[in-house]
Amino acid sequence: MIETLKKDKTVRWIILGFLALAITGNFMEAWVQNNIMFGLARGLAVLGLMVLWRTGLISFGHALYFGIGAYAVGLVDRNLGISDIFLRLIFAVGASAFVGFLLGFILRKYRGIFFAMLNLAFSMVLYGILVKVESLGSTDGFSVSQTTILGWAPENKYALFAAIVIACAIGAVLVQCYLKTALGSLTTAIRDNELRVEYLGFSVARAIHVKYVMSAGLAGASGALLAMALGQVDPDSMVNWPVSGELVFITVMAGPGSVIAPFLGGVVFEFLRTYAFELAPEAWQLIVGGTLLGIIFFLPMGLWSLLERIWKRRGVSS
Amino acid sequence: MKKLFTRGVIRVSALAACCAVGAMMAGTASAKDSIKVGVVTFLTGPAAGPFGVPGKNGAELVIDAINAGTLPAPHNSKGFGGATMEPVFIDEAGGGAKQVAEYRNLVEKQNVDAVIGYISSGSCMAIAPVADELQKLTIMSVCGTPRLFEEKPRSHVFRTQGNAVGDSIAAARYMVEMFPKMKSYTGINQNYAWGQDSWKFYDLAMKKLDPASQASDKPQFPKIFSGQYSAEISTMLLDKAPVVHTSFWDGDIEAFMLQGLVRGFFQQKKLVSVVGGSAVDSLGKKFPDGVVLGTRGKYGLLVREDMSDPLNAWFVTEYKKRYDVYPLGPSYQYAKAILYYKLGMDKAAKAAGGSPNQDQVMSALKNMKFNSFDGEVSMSLGEGRQAVHPVGYGITKWNAKKGEPGIEKVKYYGAECINPPAGTLSEDWLNQGMPGAKCN
Repeated sequence: MIETLKKDKTVRWIILGFLALAITGNFMEAWVQNNIMFGLARGLAVLGLMVLWRTGLISFGHALYFGIGAYAVGLVDRNLGISDIFLRLIFAVGASAFVGFLLGFILRKYRGIFFAMLNLAFSMVLYGILVKVESLGSTDGFSVSQTTILGWAPENKYALFAAIVIACAIGAVLVQCYLKTALGSLTTAIRDNELRVEYLGFSVARAIHVKYVMSAGLAGASGALLAMALGQVDPDSMVNWPVSGELVFITVMAGPGSVIAPFLGGVVFEFLRTYAFELAPEAWQLIVGGTLLGIIFFLPMGLWSLLERIWKRRGVSS
Repeated sequence: MKKLFTRGVIRVSALAACCAVGAMMAGTASAKDSIKVGVVTFLTGPAAGPFGVPGKNGAELVIDAINAGTLPAPHNSKGFGGATMEPVFIDEAGGGAKQVAEYRNLVEKQNVDAVIGYISSGSCMAIAPVADELQKLTIMSVCGTPRLFEEKPRSHVFRTQGNAVGDSIAAARYMVEMFPKMKSYTGINQNYAWGQDSWKFYDLAMKKLDPASQASDKPQFPKIFSGQYSAEISTMLLDKAPVVHTSFWDGDIEAFMLQGLVRGFFQQKKLVSVVGGSAVDSLGKKFPDGVVLGTRGKYGLLVREDMSDPLNAWFVTEYKKRYDVYPLGPSYQYAKAILYYKLGMDKAAKAAGGSPNQDQVMSALKNMKFNSFDGEVSMSLGEGRQAVHPVGYGITKWNAKKGEPGIEKVKYYGAECINPPAGTLSEDWLNQGMPGAKCN
């Protein structure tokens, strides 16, 4: 396994790319650092969605797990005073994966629009609860205290930035490993022909369940990291349906080509929104939506396919 | 192996170089004769119509007037401490966490000198700790949660709007004074932080002001933006309580009014609307007479006809001239926050004898007393960072002569009548029965 990992080009690129990012992060302007941090954190959830997408499933409700992750961080901070990044992540991923595991029993039976909308329904249940319950902060949410790393309280944001970069690299490598396993290589097979997969001796329901729990855990980690980066959780920016929409948006924009694509997509999205906000404060959604339309028309396999094309051309000419 | 390592190093440094280029895209520093200020308000979504756009219009009108030096005396000096303001408008839609990201962009990317705005309490609570962390002067203009200054002392945050507890106390005082015989009350409020708080404070204030009064055991909390209230209206019609308290705003209040109107709801119940001002203009003649209406200050409908204050007269006239509609509460609130910043800059510039730095501006802003478009404002709570000002209520009455909405029996409650003395938490003060309140 480790041998194949060493040979895996993608893994090498992940390690090199994220290492470079972690080093240069220290010299970036604060706002660039922030945007990359938010983009990468969101990328983790997109990574989970990408795995589902490769199976032919789109979820319009992953804000459920994103929100559970974020609120797990907020709640263990407020009620137990836990500020350590590892403990916070363990709680967040544990809680979201557990809920994903339970709901997975229902959701693994559905495909297509039914899968998408059922997910949406579950996420809106959580939204409804959060908005109505005053002790959970209602619509105002609550703030999250500064994150510490093994008892050390870093003075600037760079430590958290580096931690997020590392967490994302680990997530990407793990998913890449998973995709190389037998269960992982079923991903596209299930999309193409479920019956054949069953005849091969695999349980489609179980394979989908595993992917679902994985995507839930990743979305939980993503929400947790974003909550720590922002220092605030609230239902409108963590659990409401536009959040799920944004995740699907980035998934489509990034394309299913590689496990690196979601992070690229996340960062591009963050910068796109920043500039759209700045250029057209009253019509920024138009710019963001227009960009997605453009990508769907001209790059149906997402931004990643553009990079692939460039690489291929370079490979031919040199 | 060595070759692999070298290749790795080359790749890392190539990528690092790419990232470094991005890192060097630094923002430009602002010149001293102009200042850049972020103005945040709802520009999209349901809150844009009744709050965001009137707020933005109010801000724009006053910024232009100050830049040109055309405000009435004594505020007719040109600019902000002599500098021209260049506003950067930002959309508040999307929740607190998103606002934190945008706030960071404003401060760290656009290098603004100050940030003014925020309507939702959620945004204010999310922004305040970041403002202190980034050490950027931030003036909140509309949000009402008392938690902003009572939970924690703030170092860089100011608020020119009185908090929601004062609004509710004023509403309760008005009801006790004008309708002493109506002893029981119910409420219809949206089920989220603002609606829950409004009901809680109104209920508490009523209990303290008139111990014989009684809250219904069935206050209604429909979902925000649900738009359909027939079930709630039926329930409240069956309820014996004659008074109905509501903190509805936006399309919700319009829908509620229209649906209540056909059922004869307002002939049977006395409605107390805390922020219904925007609906009065949009519904026009359909808005029922006899509704007790507040605007959270000397704003909007309450002072539309009152031209005795030259600042208010200027504001109403110029606003109407430029936008062809009357200013609403948020227009006044944004205008006030901008004016407050100007006065702080002027005072600090005078003391410093040139362009003041942020600390000088902040110490000028602290504990300031000033005359705004809505009369006297005193920054006396929250260690000199939180404004208190009178809050008024009146009863709607269609003005047939002008063909416009009108209001009568307007009464204002002074700042010290509805706010606790410095150092006391609003909710505690309310619970203690408002000791030391000075009402005239």
